[in-house]
Amino acid sequence: MMKDNADERIGVDAMDIKFAAKDVQVYYADNHAIKDVSVDILDKTVTAFIGPSGCGKSTFLRSLNRMNDTIPICRVEGDIRLDGQDINAPEVDPVQLRAKVGMVFQKPNPFPKSIYDNVAYGPRIHGLARGKAELDEIVEKSLRRAAIWDEVKDRLDAAGTGLSGGQQQRLCIARAVATEPEVLLMDEPCSALDPIATAQVEELIDELRQSYSVIIVTHSMQQAARVSQKTAFFHLGNLVEYGDTTDIFTNPRDTRTESYITGRIG
Amino acid sequence: MPILWLFLIVLAIAAAGYVIGRSRAVASVGGDHRKMHSLASFYGSNVAIKVFVPAFLFTIAWLLVQPIVVNATVSDMIPEAAIADNSSRGLVMAEVRRIADGLDSAVAAGGMSADFARTPQTDLDDVTQRIKDAGGVVTSDITAPVLNAAQRYRAMNGTGNFIMSGLAILIALGGAWWGIRESHADFRARNTVETSIRALLIGAASIAILTTLGIVLSLIFNTIEFFRLYPAADFFFGTNWAPSFSGRGGSSDLGVLPLLWGTFYISIVALAVAVPIGLFAAIYLSEYASKRVRSVAKPLLEVLAGIPTIVYGLFALLTVGPLLLEIFGKDGLGWMQAGTAVMTAGLVMGIMLIPFVSSLSDDIINAVPQALRDGSYGLGATQSETIKQVVLPAALPGIVGAILLAASRAIGETMIVVLGAGAAARLSLNPFEAMTTVTAKIVSQLTGDADFASPEALVAFALGMTLFVITLALNVLALYIVRKYREQYE
Ligand SMILES: Nc1ncnc2c1ncn2[C@@H]1O[C@H](COP(=O)(O)OP(=O)(O)OP(=O)(O)O)[C@@H](O)[C@H]1O
Ligand SMILES: [Mg+2]
Repeated sequence: MMKDNADERIGVDAMDIKFAAKDVQVYYADNHAIKDVSVDILDKTVTAFIGPSGCGKSTFLRSLNRMNDTIPICRVEGDIRLDGQDINAPEVDPVQLRAKVGMVFQKPNPFPKSIYDNVAYGPRIHGLARGKAELDEIVEKSLRRAAIWDEVKDRLDAAGTGLSGGQQQRLCIARAVATEPEVLLMDEPCSALDPIATAQVEELIDELRQSYSVIIVTHSMQQAARVSQKTAFFHLGNLVEYGDTTDIFTNPRDTRTESYITGRIG
Repeated sequence: MPILWLFLIVLAIAAAGYVIGRSRAVASVGGDHRKMHSLASFYGSNVAIKVFVPAFLFTIAWLLVQPIVVNATVSDMIPEAAIADNSSRGLVMAEVRRIADGLDSAVAAGGMSADFARTPQTDLDDVTQRIKDAGGVVTSDITAPVLNAAQRYRAMNGTGNFIMSGLAILIALGGAWWGIRESHADFRARNTVETSIRALLIGAASIAILTTLGIVLSLIFNTIEFFRLYPAADFFFGTNWAPSFSGRGGSSDLGVLPLLWGTFYISIVALAVAVPIGLFAAIYLSEYASKRVRSVAKPLLEVLAGIPTIVYGLFALLTVGPLLLEIFGKDGLGWMQAGTAVMTAGLVMGIMLIPFVSSLSDDIINAVPQALRDGSYGLGATQSETIKQVVLPAALPGIVGAILLAASRAIGETMIVVLGAGAAARLSLNPFEAMTTVTAKIVSQLTGDADFASPEALVAFALGMTLFVITLALNVLALYIVRKYREQYE
């Protein structure tokens, strides 16, 4: 299976660089959470971030769509480019950036609105739909892609917060894909999902790869191996190893990577 | 025996009971704490509770009943003839109590012996003088029946207190015996203590509820009395408020509508000022302001809440009224006759309510989880979109609550109205005319030398009751809205 993924990736567009990060440092006040991370994230590729808890995966992910701006004590240094444009440049509007770089959070955070309004939130803000019929269509398509349509199609007016944890997470995925981002950042999207929903979300990720770049943080080695073509291993704020998923899992160069994927550190 | 001594004695019994109960329980398992059902301190607490609570309840009940019994007995002793024409039994009884107190202080000051105070005296002037020397208050001359009654009053209270103390101590000892006997390792002391704590909490809750009930009842009786004297239809649907002053005769028009209208109008003006300003201030403080600005601005805003309403009233009378008069008065637009008007009171009341709305809303907005904001930002929403579409809807139930709280304050406010809105009850749409409110009229009907049995005075209770029903309805409505909203989104 890992081999299949590696083969599938090969194509002309697949090698385009979407995100180019260079010497990125992130500080929370005095806590140096990300140290000297340089990485090129490819377009039309699924990249997995793995690493022990607290190593900075979420932090790095959040610096890719400038969500760290919302944390007052957080400071990001270094150069991060999306399609060649420095995302921290003064002329870049973080709001525009986040419309292009969507995000699914580690903890499900549906808005206290109806299921429909949750999904329609992004399209409404960005004016993606002309008229109600088109919006309905976007909502249905997004919910289907997030593998939750069948469960909620009869209660689109019910509160999104009334769903189960796993359903909420899929609702948040639907909400994120509804805005048609170019890059989707997913922070442990499957940690609250059962195997069936997980398989469906993985299917979605694979489908999204046809047109977007997807970055997924995961604690499951199997999942990283199943869905990603590239894997980055973080440890204590450092990017220890980055490369083809097959290589990372079959012959890691760094001993820390090896220990982690074989379950000796974590 | 003074109550303080009784209290200390019972406390001492409780303390001793605690120690004994605790050690008895520990001894029953030979000091092995693990074999006991509960921690050792629970056994002690169990005894202390059993000492204290029954004795305490008994004392309270006795203290409630004793004055009633004593008063009734002593009051029967005073012959009808001893009550002067321009006096009443109640006034004579007050005198009796005063003299009894005077005898007490005279004995305490050494002006007379305890025997002298107890035995019947013939030289009344001498007694009066002795009481006065001891600093006691004697308003009229002491008469023989009154002195007799006072002595009887003292005697009954003395024996009553003595019996009460004795019984209370006996009950405390009984409780100690009961608790200590129970103190065995397998007694569930922890659960018993738990039950007592629950009883305490229930007691506190019921006192709050019973007080409310008592207030309502006291209003209801007087209200019924009022409606016996004055037709209810005229009260509720009358459009004229013109009480004739009691004693001078003549009939009064006591229609509540002008007052309700004034209350309503002034509150609306006040809320129209307070809600937008307060809410926007809260949004700025919680979402936009830096930590430093917030730490200065929020307390400053809350200072507004600490200003006594009478000061706001002065502000309305001396500053806002004249200012409005300058703009809207004869020299300006010509809409306003005098400084006191709905607008004056409403504006100042609005200023008073700003901190209520802002402070509560600020706390509520701050309680909206950051994850919701992140979710919205993560979808490319701006800050104001996030606030408008995610934060405020999530905070809405609380904000509605804050606004209704402010509305209750506005409806109940009196001082600002008295000084800022004038005293004329009027049904008018012009906000620059003087009007008055229900609360302001309650005050004016009850102050002065009103006869409490006249409809002009009793109407105050009917007004109070009306106000109570309205605010109650407002609160119920608020609860309903909040609940409905919660159900939808939780
Ligand atoms: N909001 C914050 N404020 C302060 N420090 C933070 C904050 N968020 C993360 N950190 C710190 O940054 C470091 C990296 O945290 P991060 O959340 O990126 O870890 P992670 O790799 O996502 O872990 P997990 O797998 O448990 O989600 C940790 O040391 C953490 O304490
Ligand atoms: Mg994380």
